[in-house]
Amino acid sequence: MADAIVAEGLVKTYGSIRALDHLDLKVSEGTVLGLLGPNGAGKTTCVRILATLLRPDAGRVSVAGIDVLAHPQRVRQVIGLSGQYAAVDDNLTGYENLEMIGRLYQLGKATARRRAHELLERFELADAAKRTVKTYSGGMRRRLDLAAALITSPPVIFLDEPTTGLDPRSRLGMWDVINERVRSGSTLLLTTQYLEEADQLADEIVVIDHGRAIARGTANELKRQVAGERLEITVALDSEFEAVRAAVEKVCGEVPDADHLTRRVGAPAGSGTRTLLDVARLLDAAGIEPLDIGIRRATLDDVFLTLTGQAAEEDETKASGSATGSRQRTGRGKTGRDETEGVR
Amino acid sequence: MSQVAGALHDGWIVTKRNLIKIKRVPDLLIFSTIQPIMFVLLFAYVFGGAIKVPGVNYKEYLMAGIFTQTVAFGSSLTAIGLADDLTKGIVDRFRSLPMSRAAVLIGRTTSDLLNNLLVVVVMGLCGLLVGWRIHTGILGALAGFGVLFLFGYAMSWIAAVIGLAARSVEVAQSAGFIWLFPMTFLSNAFIPTDTLPSWLQPVADWNPISSIVLGLRDLWGNAPEGLARGSGFPAQHPVLLAALWSVAIVAVFMPLAIAKYRRVSTR
Repeated sequence: MADAIVAEGLVKTYGSIRALDHLDLKVSEGTVLGLLGPNGAGKTTCVRILATLLRPDAGRVSVAGIDVLAHPQRVRQVIGLSGQYAAVDDNLTGYENLEMIGRLYQLGKATARRRAHELLERFELADAAKRTVKTYSGGMRRRLDLAAALITSPPVIFLDEPTTGLDPRSRLGMWDVINERVRSGSTLLLTTQYLEEADQLADEIVVIDHGRAIARGTANELKRQVAGERLEITVALDSEFEAVRAAVEKVCGEVPDADHLTRRVGAPAGSGTRTLLDVARLLDAAGIEPLDIGIRRATLDDVFLTLTGQAAEEDETKASGSATGSRQRTGRGKTGRDETEGVR
Repeated sequence: MSQVAGALHDGWIVTKRNLIKIKRVPDLLIFSTIQPIMFVLLFAYVFGGAIKVPGVNYKEYLMAGIFTQTVAFGSSLTAIGLADDLTKGIVDRFRSLPMSRAAVLIGRTTSDLLNNLLVVVVMGLCGLLVGWRIHTGILGALAGFGVLFLFGYAMSWIAAVIGLAARSVEVAQSAGFIWLFPMTFLSNAFIPTDTLPSWLQPVADWNPISSIVLGLRDLWGNAPEGLARGSGFPAQHPVLLAALWSVAIVAVFMPLAIAKYRRVSTR
């Protein structure tokens, strides 16, 4: 199968920050590549280069067999881009946005109109077609933004964090739409900081950090790299959260990952079900009944933490005090946008 | 499709998009209209009494100056509009499309020109109310407005460069505006330049604003015999200079803005 997207040795530097550090990517036609990484890993920079918005300092890029640096305008005819910040016009209606973008893709008037209506229908925006985008919810805006990228049914699609900031229901809706798109034969490059999203949508995953690919493979291949089982507990009440955290720490013997927002506590379950029973007894004695408790096989989250955690530590010992080492990192931060990444 | 035809086709689509915004969010239009009306009234009734320009009724003298100042100030809309599009990421969308690299700028400057047109109509009516008249007939009137709008359009291209360089809408707003104050006041727009210190007079006489203003006064018959016109070439050929200035500004700043647009990135 031919490669729809090829990037070789991409380098991009902003001042002392190396956003991309000899990054290589290959995406076969009709497949989905998930580009996974924390904030500031270089995901957006990579997409901007592939989508002709930014020139790399070094490296070669081709999309659908066209050299991006030599023929950007030809590349623009075969790509669709949906960015991190939903780039639709607030003051236009949903229909007006799509029609305008269709016309700017050089579709004829009639075709642009027909496509706009079709996409509004398919993305469940037909009822809102005549409202200005200002009145749309976050999920609707993203759907419209994605629809705009698909106006010409482009063979290559770039989606930069398509679901960042969406509520869970809207996210599921976006996944459906994206999956449908891929089944129709487009090649897709998707960046995300959500591991489950890459798991759900991508055939192949490249984990990047500090502008370098630190792992690649299918979701299963990556999961296999992290052995072991994890204990996961979700509690119903805020007041119980701290007690659960303490119990898990006591039994597992290390500081657990505790997410207060979702009231979820997780840690490696060293002794498998034994660990589960020990924690369960402690919670029972304290009169706490968790919403959910169980042993999980490694998820991409674990892969991600293991890989990027190690990378971060290496960096600190190697380059402590240097400007690159001081780049702000939020680890597995799932909220907020890439603050250090874009061009400013 | 040739490059020029493509630029016009795509530029018109972007223009329509901008015009829809003016229709749906008329705030900017309203405020950009109120300001020149304020200037007309302030100068006509507050400063007008104190400023004596020999040989002419000050209200007649004033209007060409305020028209010119208005279209110059109006150019800051271009800076604001572009900065706004940049911060909202829609420019990234446009740049990823197979459309002309000039279209966003052509669309912006064209819709701002139409915005200017509306403002000038309202201002003209206001001027007629305070006693300003065109004394040269329809051709002179039209020629004058032609010179005026050509200049406004040219100024928009300077503002486009400012808007693309600004790092936020707020910066674009100040940067697009602030330099216009000395530029418009250091001219014959409100006072005869022979009242200035002698070293400043040539600066004011060669100021493009002065050429536009004097050109308008000539074309509209607001510059009677004996009116102080400054000195040298600008005093003798204001209309010619006005046209040359506008064309020169477009010739320099249009390519600059387009080159900047190609490299610009979202902040």
